[in-house]
Amino acid sequence: MTKLALSDEILMEIEKPARYIGNEVNMVKKDPENVDIRFCMCFPDVYEIGMSHLGIQILYDMINKREDAYCERVYSPWPDLDQIMREKEISLFSLETQTPISEFDFLGITLQYEMCYTNILQILELSHIPIWAKDRTLQDPIVIGGGPCSYNPEPIADFFDVFYIGEGETRYHDIFEVYKTLREQKASREEILYKISQIPGMYVPSLYEVSYHSDGTIASFAPKGDGVPKTILKEIVLDFDQVPYPEKPLVPYIKVTQDRVTLEIMRGCIRGCRFCQAGMIYRPTRQKNVELLKQYAKKMIKATGHEEISLSSLSSSDYECLKEFIYFLMDEISNNDVNISLPSLRIDAFSLDVMKKVQDIKKSSLTFAPEAGSQRLRDVINKGLTEEIILNGAMQAFQGGWNKVKFYFMLGLPTETDRDAEGIPELCETVAEAYYTIPKEERNGKVSITASASYFVPKPFTPFQWAPMLDPASYRERAHHVKDTFRQQLNFKSMKFNYHETDVSVLEGVFARGDRKLSKVIYDAYKSGCIFDSWTEFFDNDKWIAAFEKNGISMEFYTTRERDVTEILPWDFIDIGVTKRFLASEWDKAKQGIVTLNCREKCSGCGAARFGGGVCFESKN
Amino acid sequence: MEEVSALKVRIKYTKSGHFKFIGHLDVMRFFQKAVKRAGLDIAYSQGFSPHQLMSFAAPLALGVTSEGEYFDAEFNSLVSSDEFVRRFNEQMVEGMMVNDVILLPDNARNSMSIVAASDYHITIIDKEEDIYLADRKVKLLEAANHLLEKETIEVLRKTKKNEKVEDIKKGIYQIYPDGDQIYMLLATGSEYNLKPELVVEALCKEIGYEYKKFDYQIHRIETYMRNEKGKLVSLLESGTRIE
Repeated sequence: MTKLALSDEILMEIEKPARYIGNEVNMVKKDPENVDIRFCMCFPDVYEIGMSHLGIQILYDMINKREDAYCERVYSPWPDLDQIMREKEISLFSLETQTPISEFDFLGITLQYEMCYTNILQILELSHIPIWAKDRTLQDPIVIGGGPCSYNPEPIADFFDVFYIGEGETRYHDIFEVYKTLREQKASREEILYKISQIPGMYVPSLYEVSYHSDGTIASFAPKGDGVPKTILKEIVLDFDQVPYPEKPLVPYIKVTQDRVTLEIMRGCIRGCRFCQAGMIYRPTRQKNVELLKQYAKKMIKATGHEEISLSSLSSSDYECLKEFIYFLMDEISNNDVNISLPSLRIDAFSLDVMKKVQDIKKSSLTFAPEAGSQRLRDVINKGLTEEIILNGAMQAFQGGWNKVKFYFMLGLPTETDRDAEGIPELCETVAEAYYTIPKEERNGKVSITASASYFVPKPFTPFQWAPMLDPASYRERAHHVKDTFRQQLNFKSMKFNYHETDVSVLEGVFARGDRKLSKVIYDAYKSGCIFDSWTEFFDNDKWIAAFEKNGISMEFYTTRERDVTEILPWDFIDIGVTKRFLASEWDKAKQGIVTLNCREKCSGCGAARFGGGVCFESKN
Repeated sequence: MEEVSALKVRIKYTKSGHFKFIGHLDVMRFFQKAVKRAGLDIAYSQGFSPHQLMSFAAPLALGVTSEGEYFDAEFNSLVSSDEFVRRFNEQMVEGMMVNDVILLPDNARNSMSIVAASDYHITIIDKEEDIYLADRKVKLLEAANHLLEKETIEVLRKTKKNEKVEDIKKGIYQIYPDGDQIYMLLATGSEYNLKPELVVEALCKEIGYEYKKFDYQIHRIETYMRNEKGKLVSLLESGTRIE
């Protein structure tokens, strides 16, 4: 029995001790004495969130397939334990062997959203690893960041030794080989980092120098030494059916956010919505072989005992074998003890038929994500969902017995006016009126429409990376205006409108397009007590504002300023395959309201074809 | 749909080691998944969201270990007791073990409703920094020998709403020192339920020591029901092993 890092007293005192004891079903056990490389994978949020993340399960499985490496896990200690660990000077530890993190060779941190940045500092500090990368020595683990936020790693660049740019399946083996060789040669930390910088996809921030103009924009961004690459091309899996997939994923004891088998059916998206970062960074779109998926489904249900299976992708309706796969799941897997949880599918005859079979119509709702209220604005953002499509889908569903509809919108999109925003309640009204054209005896009581609006945050590597974010006062005003317009609708009693809080989105906007100057702000905010910022109960905006003021940094510089397309952006050194020229032309087309066809309709020459795979070559197979 | 009657089975298991930090609801979830991994033919309820037909006997508090835990489950088809045990144990993790499986008669009452008592071993945990440990240990063992000689055994019992002084004597069937440990047989179940912590607290009160939860490890040995003669017997007595 592994000795636990926390005493019984502590474990009995804190909430959900199961977060910290490991030993879950399918946990990998190895003798640390018998491996060369100890890797600790971290999701910087609470266990229940981190355990739900597919990427970690993939890498955990992949690294542990190597005999010479042992991959363990760590998550953010909840504030109750955080306090105890500080009082009693307990080091943060891995779940598998309960080893202090500082004893590992690598600490890999996945960066899924900007608001987890202070939690990264908590992980480092509780692990007794110097927070600033420059203060670390050969004794400290090499701290690697990866995941979506590493596509603009600059705000947290000073806390990391390496960022892995792109998909994790491809280069860890190279990193480990380099590390093993150099460690045998007793190389210095600097030498190891330099050699890692020579591996494709690796960004070692300490090897680059940034200088700024007096207005705060970047004057130059350049490698410091010879041979350090000027740009870093993202890593991507091309043979999507050959990469390992966790057939025996970990099964936690406590209920976590995703308590089910998750099958990734496709990576990337053909749609090209102009606000969407995932739609660009994961190009080109790649599909998993359906026969392979069928095998995974069977094996994973058997290996976990989960009672639910769900599909993961950015747009499942675009998976070409979706029908075949879903009917397989319904016929072969489901037989009364496994639920099929449907991803957001395009509402049409097929999806309604499936939903009818796997969900309770009375409880389930239809989901549409028009994202913008008016057709004009939907053309600007290149969201190909029209009022006609929505009405058609909704009517078919209403006739099939549904009466609940959910809509997702954004407010603050580029070029948006009050008139566009009024389109939100108007669309809801149109759908409600359509419902009541159905004879009373054929419909299922009253219609219920919920519209939610989030505050649009421009992201790097999207056509809107140059766009100003709407200022918070105007966002609130617009949201109120939408709310007022809802009240003027005939059927407003059947409608609900929610909109997101402002402050967190503003900060997200700062970090999404931030630069290296922000690391001090993050550090100061953390030191003043900011942590778990994505949790409403812990978020403290005043502390953040104070940290910005202390460092003389304006949030508006990062959020509401429109960038010129000639400006050097902090993330320009990363090459995602999709060219800057393409993004700029999309930004231009957006302003003119011209739509771009999806990858299967017509190649728009975005640049991702250079990888030589995926949707770019589908018709050529 | 026709209601098919399933076969009722009772499972005895051990919860020890780090698994004591897994709460009752999560233990139930653990078995729900384990039974599926084991490929056992568990029966489901009817309706739109079918669930496994499974019910647990007497919930164990967080931090307590046990070698006498039970749950009942219904299966559409059976394998032998030995095969049940083997297939369950292939799916267990450190700290969890299935000890036995029996088939219940169709009219058997479920385990939760028949539980009448449980017995426990209380270990006084050795802590180097505790200079009064030896004294406390001697006095506690001695007090255990004489506790039932008292007229009344009063402790402060806390409920969600208030706290009240309660005489718990009627819930203590046996208590005595057993080597270095204290043995106790207590009322459990719907009629009267006495938690072992309360008895340890009463013992501490007797000897004038403050009760500290983490100085004791509680271990449940067995869970009992009453047979037709009123005698306390193991919950396994309700049925027979499957050959």
